[in-house]
Amino acid sequence: MNLSRRTITLGGLASAAASTVPLRAGRAQAQPTIKIGCLTDLSGPYRDLAGPGAIAATKMAVQEFAAKGFNVEVVSADHLNKPDVGATIAREWFDRDGVDLIVEVANSGVALAVAGVAKEKNKIFICSGSATSDLTGKSCNASTIHWVYDTYMLAKSTGGAMVKAGGDTWFFLTADYAFGKALQRDTTDFINAAGGKVLGSVAYPFPGTSDFSSYLLQAQSSGAKVLGIANAGADTINTIKQAKEFGIKMRLAGLLLFISDVHSLGLDVAQGIALTDSFYWDMNAKARGFSDKFIAKMPGDRPTMAHAGVYSSSLHYLKTVTEMGAAQAKLDGAATVARMKAMPTEDDCFGKGSIRIDGRCIHPSYLWEVKSPAESKGPWDYYKPLGSTPADEAFRPLDQGGCPLVKA
Amino acid sequence: MIMIFGIPGPLLFGQLLLGLINGAFYAMLSLGLAVIFGMLNIINFAHGALFMMGAFASWMLLDYAGIGYFPALILAPLLVGAFGIFLEKTIISRLYKLDHLYGLLLTFGLSLVIEGLFRNAYGSSGLPYRIPAILQGAFNLGFMYLPIYRGWVVVAALVVCISTWAIIEKTSLGATLRAATENAPLVQAFGVNVPRLITLTYGGGVALAAFAGVLAAPIYSVNPNMGTNFINTVFAVVVIGGMGSIMGSILTGFGLGVVEGLCKVFYPQASATVVFVVMVIVLLVRPRGLFGKAA
Repeated sequence: MNLSRRTITLGGLASAAASTVPLRAGRAQAQPTIKIGCLTDLSGPYRDLAGPGAIAATKMAVQEFAAKGFNVEVVSADHLNKPDVGATIAREWFDRDGVDLIVEVANSGVALAVAGVAKEKNKIFICSGSATSDLTGKSCNASTIHWVYDTYMLAKSTGGAMVKAGGDTWFFLTADYAFGKALQRDTTDFINAAGGKVLGSVAYPFPGTSDFSSYLLQAQSSGAKVLGIANAGADTINTIKQAKEFGIKMRLAGLLLFISDVHSLGLDVAQGIALTDSFYWDMNAKARGFSDKFIAKMPGDRPTMAHAGVYSSSLHYLKTVTEMGAAQAKLDGAATVARMKAMPTEDDCFGKGSIRIDGRCIHPSYLWEVKSPAESKGPWDYYKPLGSTPADEAFRPLDQGGCPLVKA
Repeated sequence: MIMIFGIPGPLLFGQLLLGLINGAFYAMLSLGLAVIFGMLNIINFAHGALFMMGAFASWMLLDYAGIGYFPALILAPLLVGAFGIFLEKTIISRLYKLDHLYGLLLTFGLSLVIEGLFRNAYGSSGLPYRIPAILQGAFNLGFMYLPIYRGWVVVAALVVCISTWAIIEKTSLGATLRAATENAPLVQAFGVNVPRLITLTYGGGVALAAFAGVLAAPIYSVNPNMGTNFINTVFAVVVIGGMGSIMGSILTGFGLGVVEGLCKVFYPQASATVVFVVMVIVLLVRPRGLFGKAA
């Protein structure tokens, strides 16, 4: 059944391609068009860490790459943080609009749905903005690549550092959906392994919660030393703000913090918080160069690691397409992904890296501390380095994820 | 330690108090909605966006003009209220003769437009707005640490709610207003400018939302989505209290804040839905709402 459906889809695509060829034959060059769809949050809590900046980053990669032998078109849409909306858009893009690759997708629930659609349609999904480690674990597939960070990496880097520093009892404040649950699960594993203990947790409705004071009091009364903040974006901002307001004495572990969150919080509230980012705009000369180009498109902003990931992954995809030929790449998403895995990655944001068989793109992860207002030299000068984990240790070992591709 | 239903006593008291604080916002917002519905028969779905505009107005006053929190508490409602009057005069007033549904759709559309514009200009992470120096710090109540600012929110909300109720129920202006809702042509015959009265009522309801927005600005980050988080709950509050009932919406606002606060302890996953469960039960048992008058 599945096979015949795919054959029909492929057949449909082939006939669609055939019908466009004669139309374009009149022109001097009949070039195939590669379409990249940036599916992101344009209206919700993750807009600033991904959103319009992610669309800009996709276009930056396309412009810089200046593809030869094929045209590249970028489309974009808002998934509204709803998995059903995201999956519907992905289907329309793949089936009707001839999109070959979907990038970004901040929100783990939507990302898992889109990964399923990409597999079904033999297209490609490269995730940059969401975190669930299930994308390269039990839900991995041959059409999906996870680019920047995941809950395992965040848990190991931030969570591990916290436990080492003496934070051995935890209480979790968790967004009640795929991402929050995965982040809590992965961090709990590290806490238990290090001899620590989780004293309690509260899962709050996502999205739509803006008052966290009640949960903060519950966390406080648990007696735990560390508050594990398993949410992201605007929710993290409100959590940290209100923790300060209510004089919560626990150490705050912002398990997923973006520079856009720190910017919104202001240094006087955010100072001293430890966080993990695999990209910081001021980490080296190449990153600053990327950042300058990004600012030209998004004045007043700085790229987050999600933005950097969208740029970096789009670039790697275009390199692969050039190598294998656009016509071939359009036809078979899984084959293109296999080629992407075979090629080492390299760009200004993440340096050299590679993609594992389970779809996990690996590179070092960095632990940062938010500077105090006195330490900061100016706007967006927010992080100082605390440490780093090399690429081969930063992510979950291949054999522990339960990804079927690894066994095969 | 005293345990109540398996929850430590101090924690439970803390939750009750926090529920009251959130209830203060529900009360202020639902009050504005009730006033507007009572007088204009418009279900003002733009209320959340106007609440958000109040918060943004206070942020803009501080950031662009250096005007602090307390003047903003007066100025922001005036500015946003004036914007409300402009909306009423130019757009909303055209719908009075039509079914409620049109007003609802129009104001819903307006709120989408307003929020979209703010999102485009300011992003969605929110902008920082500091608690004024005099209201910083906290009381230690023994069972919890109560930020002075949150206490202030409850007091300010109570004062505003009770004054609004008193103006409508106890003054001659309020009597005229109520009369105009009952029978506009007759009141007009007495020489009262009813259309102007209606415009000012809408402006007043909007100013209430903006006032709540200013109060909310230091607690939540000033964020284009801050109204949407509230508005659905607030509608449920108005329905439970009884459409158009002033005192009903105030009491229900505080009451549901407490119900929601308790739910956050016993079953947090349902805290966003508990208000609607209450709404369904109330509608089944008392379709006019708890404080609504029979037609």
